[in-house]
Formats: sequence, structure tokens, C-alpha cells
Amino acid sequence: MKIDDLITHTGEWLKGAGPQSHIVMSSRIRLARNVEKIPFPARANKKDLAEIVRIAKAAFDSSEYFKNAMLLKINELDALDQQFFIERHLMSHDHAATSEGRAILISKEEILSIMINEEDHLRIQVMQSGFDLRETWKIINMIDDILSAKIPYAYDANWGYLTACPTNTGTGIRGSVMLHLPALVMTKQINKVLEAIAKLSFTSRGFYGEGTQATGNFFQISNQVSLGHSEEDILQNINGLVRQIVEQEEQARQALLVQNRSVLEDKISRSYGILKSAHIISSQETVDLLSMVRLGIDVGVIKHVSKQTVNELFIMIQPAHLQKIEGKKLDPLERDVKRASVIREKLKA
Amino acid sequence: MICDVCKKKKATVHLTEIVDGKMAEMHICEDCAKERSVQMEQQFGLADLLAGLSDFGKQIKTEEKSKLQCPNCALGYEDFRKFGRLGCSECYNAFRAHLSSLLKKIHGSGQHLGKKPIGRPAPLPAAPSLKAAAVKTTVVKEEGLQELKTKLQHAVLSENFEQAAILRDKIRILEKKEKEKQL
Repeated sequence: MKIDDLITHTGEWLKGAGPQSHIVMSSRIRLARNVEKIPFPARANKKDLAEIVRIAKAAFDSSEYFKNAMLLKINELDALDQQFFIERHLMSHDHAATSEGRAILISKEEILSIMINEEDHLRIQVMQSGFDLRETWKIINMIDDILSAKIPYAYDANWGYLTACPTNTGTGIRGSVMLHLPALVMTKQINKVLEAIAKLSFTSRGFYGEGTQATGNFFQISNQVSLGHSEEDILQNINGLVRQIVEQEEQARQALLVQNRSVLEDKISRSYGILKSAHIISSQETVDLLSMVRLGIDVGVIKHVSKQTVNELFIMIQPAHLQKIEGKKLDPLERDVKRASVIREKLKA
Repeated sequence: MICDVCKKKKATVHLTEIVDGKMAEMHICEDCAKERSVQMEQQFGLADLLAGLSDFGKQIKTEEKSKLQCPNCALGYEDFRKFGRLGCSECYNAFRAHLSSLLKKIHGSGQHLGKKPIGRPAPLPAAPSLKAAAVKTTVVKEEGLQELKTKLQHAVLSENFEQAAILRDKIRILEKKEKEKQL
């Protein structure tokens, strides 16, 4: 498998299927794992980093499970490819920034990615479409078991898995659910929801990763606590919270339909109209309009576009993706032109 | 006695806590105690055990704390405090006493309840090193005593009371021997 093969399709987690996919874009779990005694990446020397990559590779090679995955050295990727993986939610900005001695494993369908030598020796991530932390946990738990039989994990009877940052110690787990909440934003109830989330020790952040603003009405809900509860309990708590938010979003959508139907229909149809006909469009405008179209599909205003098409567009309209599709470097104006043409093409099909 | 926190009601709860290696006593009323219940839970166990120990709080002085270093990756405790990241898995042992309260503050709990790596038995708690104490020179013996005391504090703070009791007895025996020698 080559990197460029990925351009022709997008990750399994964008297919717009799975439970509650009208509101929940994706479910994601990551586990932080380290090898005992070898310094964590930030304090490791070249030899240590190489040793971790060697240990990880040996573990991958020993199992059939990783047969179709690709293992890439970050410093052998050009800047565009690095950005491409970041845009696909397979790798972090930090991982690209400190490329020396870093690597990444990506499975064929992009369900699994393992960052090697990011903040921890291993950051295992599994993503699924829709609201399904249970299935996601099943997959990642199995992968973790396969690796733990081969890799001497840093583990303490009292404190569980030992991580570079004490906020991840214990289970090393972070479960995240990406929610699309346009109606809660439009009815100005979102702040109340976000306040409640913070009070319950969960965090929320935007679609395009850590430290980004919530754009396109996407909010990612994650646990903060990783020690003192089992993985199942932590995920169960996220489930409970997400279920409530989904219910509130559904109610807000209904309220909008009943009270402001024509305003809502107008907004959705205009958004679709612009996307279908624009020749120059910025990423911010695109994301806002796509958000309305996604809502339009659920409330039945837009009938001939699939959720998967819209989900994929959220990924494809980013700079590195546009340049990969075009096959060359593009300046900002050229990107806005290319973006508009990619969108028109995709919505026509 | 009046409550140290609200300065109004009668103090009925008496706490002993270790802050920066110094032991401090606190006397607070029941209402304030309830408010601090999470912290209290952690500290009642300590207070009970500390009652049986002598000159306990004096052991890790600020100066020694700044010298605290991981034997495996050489990260200093002060560096950890500055950057908030540990250097390797062994840092957790080296800074065990300090991390114990920090982890409780972050997570509200200090006991892992999740999965274990498969195919490996749970590691045994590190045995106290008595090597130094066994060597027959006075200088080394003092180090042994100091080492035991540090280990004791670590054991108490990580609520490993069984080990703490063993260490306490060992310290007492060693101290007794020292005294007999001096006499």
C-alpha cells in the first residue's frame, strides 16, 4: 500500500454509518503505552528512539493483524504527506513537528493508527463511524493485548500504565465522540451544554483537533480522568453524557422544524446552492455551509446527497488534500479555486 | 479549640498532613471537614499511621527534594515540577511519594482499576534495600537509616501500610543498635 492510494478514498470512520450517525460523526479511543525503563520520547536519545521503533516493528511483524498496515518513518515523509495524515486525523501536529526517530503505523481502512514516539512510546488509536465506543473498545483492546504479549509495557500494580504525562496515567485511555450539534448552536443552547460537560470533568474541542476552535458545529467530547476507574466505566460515562447531548440536539432540531421551518429550509437550501455553484471558496465558509447541508440531510430538506459525501468533504477540502488531489503545490487562491471545484464535482456525482 | 478554616466553629477533627516534607497539624470543625472530605479520605489513614512514628515530618527537607533524581533517566524532581512530564517509567518509583498525592488530585483516585498487560504476572512491590545498612561502617549505616526513613515515607504516602510497618520496625531496631553503640 502506498500513501497516494489513500487519496482515492477516505477513512472507514467517515462512511456516515453506525448508531446515531445523524448527530455522531465518529467514535475514537486512544491508549497511551510505554516500554519500561527506556526514557519517554521527549527525553530519549536517538538510540532509545530507534530501539522503540525496533520493538514496535517486531511486535507488528509477529502478528497477522498488522499485515496490511503500513509503517512509515515520519522524517522520510515530505511536509505535504505529514499534513495529509494530520488532516485525516491519523497523526498529531506534535508528531510531525518532532519528526526525528518518529514513526506511524496506519491500517488499510484507517481504522487503526499507532503513533510511535509521540508524547508516549505508543499512542494507539482506533476510530469508528457513528456512536459506538463499545465496538471501538473491543477492537483497540484486542490490539493492545496482541502488543502487550510482545512489548514489555511500563506498568505499575497501583498506578496501571505509566505515561509521560500524569494526566494519562492508569488506563492511558481517552475516549472521544465527535458530535455535530448545529441545532444546539442555532438555538443558542450550546454554551449551557459545554458548561455542563466541563463540570462533569469531560473536555470538548473542535473537529480539526486539539487547540482548534469548534468549526462546522462539531464538538468532540472526551474523558479527562484515566485512573481509578476501569476502561469500561470510563467509556460508559462518556456514553451516558453523549446520549443526553444527542437527545437535546434532536429536540432542538425538532423545535427548529416546528417553529422556524421556512427559515431553516432557506438556510439549508442556500448553503447547498452556494456549495454547488461557487468557483472560489474558503475552508471556513465551506465548513459552515457543509454543516448546514449535513443538517439538511437529517431533516429531509436535502434528499440526493449522502452523509458519507458530506463527511468526506469535511476532510477533502483541507489544504494538503487539495494539493494531493491536484498533484502539485497550490497557493491560497489556487486552493480556494480547487476547493470549489472538488466540492462541485462531489455534489454532482 | 476553634476551627482553622472558618475560624468560627469548634474544631472536632484533628488532621496531620505533610506539606513539602513538613508535618503540619490542622484542627477543623465538622462542616469544614465535610467540605474537604476528598482530601480527608486520603489523610486519615496517614494520620493514624503517623501517630506511631517519631520525628517523621523532618525527613525530606526542601534541599533534599530539589536533589531528588530518577536513577534511571536522571530527571530531577524539580524538572518534573517545571515541565509536568516524567522522564521514564522509573521516575514513578523515584518520585512515588510526591506523585501519589498529585495523581489523586488529578484523577480523584490513586488506584488503577483497569486492565493489566497480558502474559505477565503483577510486579511485586520493590523490596527495601537493606544492603547499605548491612555494611559495617558507621557512615554507611547512617545512610542506611536515612534510606529506610525515606522508603518509609514513600510507603506511607503510597498507603502501602504493610510495608511501612515492616520498615518502621527495622528503623527502630537500627536506631536502638546505634544508641547502644554510642553508650
